[in-house]
Amino acid sequence: MNQTIVSYLAQYEFFDFLIKIFGENSLLLTTLIFAIAAGVFVAVAATIGGLGTYAERKISADIQMRLGPNRVGPYGLLQFLADGVKMITKEDVMPNSADKFLFYLAPMLCLVGVFATLAVLPISSGFTLVDLNVGVFYLIAISSLVGLGVFLGGYASNSKWSMLGGMRGASQIISYEIPVTLSVLAITLTAGSMSFGNIVSQQEGFITNWFIFHNPFSFLAFFIYFVGAMAETNRAPFDLPEAESELVSGYHTEYTGMRFGFFALAEYIEVFVVSGVAAALFLGGYNLPVHVSIDILPIQFIQVTILVGKALALYYVIIWVRWTFPRLRVDHLMSICWKYLTPIAIFNLIGSAIWMVAFRGQSIVQILGH
Amino acid sequence: MTSTQIDGLMPVVIMMIAAVVLFVGGHFASVLLSPKKPTLQKNTPYECGEVPVGTAWSAFNVRFYVVGLIFIIFDVESVLMFPVATVFNQLVKEGNGIFILVEFLVFIVILITGIVYCWKKGDLDWVRSYQVSSQKQVASKAKKVSA
Repeated sequence: MNQTIVSYLAQYEFFDFLIKIFGENSLLLTTLIFAIAAGVFVAVAATIGGLGTYAERKISADIQMRLGPNRVGPYGLLQFLADGVKMITKEDVMPNSADKFLFYLAPMLCLVGVFATLAVLPISSGFTLVDLNVGVFYLIAISSLVGLGVFLGGYASNSKWSMLGGMRGASQIISYEIPVTLSVLAITLTAGSMSFGNIVSQQEGFITNWFIFHNPFSFLAFFIYFVGAMAETNRAPFDLPEAESELVSGYHTEYTGMRFGFFALAEYIEVFVVSGVAAALFLGGYNLPVHVSIDILPIQFIQVTILVGKALALYYVIIWVRWTFPRLRVDHLMSICWKYLTPIAIFNLIGSAIWMVAFRGQSIVQILGH
Repeated sequence: MTSTQIDGLMPVVIMMIAAVVLFVGGHFASVLLSPKKPTLQKNTPYECGEVPVGTAWSAFNVRFYVVGLIFIIFDVESVLMFPVATVFNQLVKEGNGIFILVEFLVFIVILITGIVYCWKKGDLDWVRSYQVSSQKQVASKAKKVSA
């Protein structure tokens, strides 16, 4: 049985009232609740993605001792809305020689892949859209759609820069998926579950219960995951698919206006999603530092705040890394993935398995406590 | 009872539909609001101001294909390991720890053999083909000089 937002809301009294209104047509009610929740998710995610572009520019300005955007709204906060309006009113140019259908499809695939991952992002114990019993697995599988979108965007443009960017993007995204998968596998092994709700609930309590501090191998797995996730979202120093100094703009060279905007939006939301997943898998997720036995709505909102706070802290780190480190060379990129991260991740997995058998699943804190 | 037991995949489908709706809506707004004045020059692929020569859909470096192949092997292996990892803890608690660990290691050793093989073959080196050919050239030149 998958825990969903509907099954969470069903425990409240007002839900009985809703059931009375809808009568026997409970499928309609469920669909309606899901649709409203999805609408809220999309609106919040789009705002976070938009504010991500603003944060990127503001933080980069801070690092480079500039002012950054400060004209639109207070402190330039509404800059992303101005950018959105600008993108909608820009002319939509498509090369004559492009593959028209795939050219349309590519940004949509990116967006669909990212939004589908939002469905399992565990923002709180009740408000998660759905807590699939194969959540982690589903997340890794569905986020591959983004790689497909990047590759198709590069291929369909029929431009040499785009083709180079798309090819690089495809090979990079699929390569870095291996270390990410193996490090997530180590956490699955430690938790004994693929469901986000179960994994997060096992980290309840103080910082020492977080999976990053469970054993030395899960500590390492966090960093492998984080580096791999950064490469999978095409963030600098791994932004080779769109390396502006070599490939003009990479896979979205030929994209203008709103379609380029959707590529950018998908990228920024994906960064938020991978930060959120890192927070949920390794950093304790939405758990409060103290045990709370009562389950009321304000607790849920506090949980949302905690998870989003952790995710945004990681978001800041990703932006910070982008403006601090130079871009990698493409052969270094591949050797880092296949010759360093993948072997480390494999031995990390073996180490986790041996730890689980040798210490019967106890964390390092529990062992030291005895 | 009735409404709570809905298939968990429904929100997933709804989120995907939401993404499609957002995309189509944004696109529609852009069609309504943006100018549309295509010219022949504007619609050529960007090639730094030069007139593009040929198409971009040409033969591409085979390295990308090799990367794709290695990825598929590893991806399938990790897919097969997920169910094992899920029941791992349970089996350890039942007292079958050593058994499941050995089974797990046998599987991973096959994986490691694969990556070691690729590494030895040089498929993990990005600039391998150039190095080999230049070394051969240097060797053949050295032979000629010595002869």
